Amino acid sequence: MKDERTLGEVLLAKGVSRRGFMKYCSATASLLALPPAMVPRIASALESARRPSVIWLSFQECTGCTESLTRSSSPTLEGLIFDSISLDYHHTLQAASGDAAEAARHAAMEENRGEYLVLVDGSIPLGNPGYSTIAGISNVDMLKETVADAAAVISVGSCAAFGGIPGANPNPTGAVAVNELVKDMPVVNLPGCPPIPTVITAVLAQFLTFGQLPDLDHYGRPRAFFGQTIHDRCYRRPFYEQGRFAETFDDEGARLGWCLYKLGCRGPITYNACATVKWNQGTSFPIESGHPCLGCSEPGFWDEGGFYQPISTARIGGGTALGTAVAAGAAIGAAAAAMSRRRQAKTIKEG
Amino acid sequence: MELLDFARGPALQFGLYAFVIGTVWRLLGILLLAAKPDHSAPRKRGGILAALKVISSRSVTAREFRQDTLYASVLGYVLHIGLFVIVFLFVPHILFFKGLIGLEWPGLPNNVIYFVGVITAGVGVALLLRRMTHPVLKLISNFDDYFSWVVTMAPIITGLIIPIRFGIRYETLLAIHILSIAVLLTWLPFGKLAHAFLVFFSRGTTGMVLERRGAKT
Repeated sequence: MKDERTLGEVLLAKGVSRRGFMKYCSATASLLALPPAMVPRIASALESARRPSVIWLSFQECTGCTESLTRSSSPTLEGLIFDSISLDYHHTLQAASGDAAEAARHAAMEENRGEYLVLVDGSIPLGNPGYSTIAGISNVDMLKETVADAAAVISVGSCAAFGGIPGANPNPTGAVAVNELVKDMPVVNLPGCPPIPTVITAVLAQFLTFGQLPDLDHYGRPRAFFGQTIHDRCYRRPFYEQGRFAETFDDEGARLGWCLYKLGCRGPITYNACATVKWNQGTSFPIESGHPCLGCSEPGFWDEGGFYQPISTARIGGGTALGTAVAAGAAIGAAAAAMSRRRQAKTIKEG
Repeated sequence: MELLDFARGPALQFGLYAFVIGTVWRLLGILLLAAKPDHSAPRKRGGILAALKVISSRSVTAREFRQDTLYASVLGYVLHIGLFVIVFLFVPHILFFKGLIGLEWPGLPNNVIYFVGVITAGVGVALLLRRMTHPVLKLISNFDDYFSWVVTMAPIITGLIIPIRFGIRYETLLAIHILSIAVLLTWLPFGKLAHAFLVFFSRGTTGMVLERRGAKT
């Protein structure tokens, strides 16, 4: 049954204080790079917004994206806002199953035609429809049917955004990203393995507030969150400039918090908000915990070589290829010298 | 394929193979040439020591020419030392070599490298201006001289832009930097930049020949 309560009413019923709500609105405005003057507008829009209908489709995925959003150690305001959307279909979270679940999806689509949001996590296999099915429906058919009357599609996580690990070489299922199949409506990519929960809810908040999706980069990611590299905002950046690097995970440099570039950190080529928004209620992010950035919000990050190889490592094949190059050079050089000797001998002979 | 994947994959691979093939080709092509017949009795033996002596002595300009060539000599040294520091003492470059040959050595802080890079680029421009304005140098310069200057300076300039960005994405600048290196590697063995590995062979050969003739080296 359609819930007619506004988001403000739902949050009030859940015990969210006005101060806490305004703090969330300020943080959202800041994250979206909006001026402080927009905070009241965000608050007003969120308070009066009807609970948006959201259909969450999970395809070839590991449920990590859902876990990221729901398994925080304590309820956060963004978690509560996420709870407060009308999540009409989600395999993992919904109580219904089988035909009842599919009926809920169809009912949500019918009741909110043209207004509902489709969130997708996981990639879609094109190799064989049987590789991944839900209620006997292939992923590709379910996606096409569900997005047909949606307002927008949000690809949550690197699998939905870029193919992720199912799409990694050799891609046995023929996995593709959502935007390779959905071409006629806006698709927002929120990559990450998993994506930052605050980023997901902030994009939802922007949609509710302004009725439009955020400004996107050439990979379809919101510029507000994916506009700078991890390296740009990393608190270890000064050590990079000073040439102070951890050589192993347990050496003096690692203990002193030096730069992890030599241990394979992909921060310089990874665009995400981990270094500023952070994880677990702003506790830390991977580099702060002593591990290099894996570059999980970039396309094809599984196939970018070893995770612990520095990014400046050459990708030029093995020593055999170089040996062949040396042999080829030697053969050409010897032939050139032989030709020259023959010419020289001929010249001497001819006097 | 992304530009960066292309740059550090096939493009760099091509450049490196061209560099290796070209270098071995040029070196063997010269070293295997027949020695010119020497019909006079040698004054001295003219061995490896004679070669090393000239390699060393000609690294410093002869006193007679020192004043006239001071500008070019000093700037030339600054350019070459700068190139050495940038190429071999910048940590990401060291890691590149480590991946290639398995050896690693200590590097310098990035800010030192950036400083040396700016000086080197400035000296490169100064030497180009001299080449373009000096009547004799201008006359004897050809396409090889100017193209060699471009492919040498391009990696320095593109490398210096990376930390500044100018609003361009890091990976795009890195890809352009690597592509410029691929062009440099491809050209190096075949143009005048081949002096990087031929200079010691030519000087050494000169030293051996001159000593056999009894000339002062």
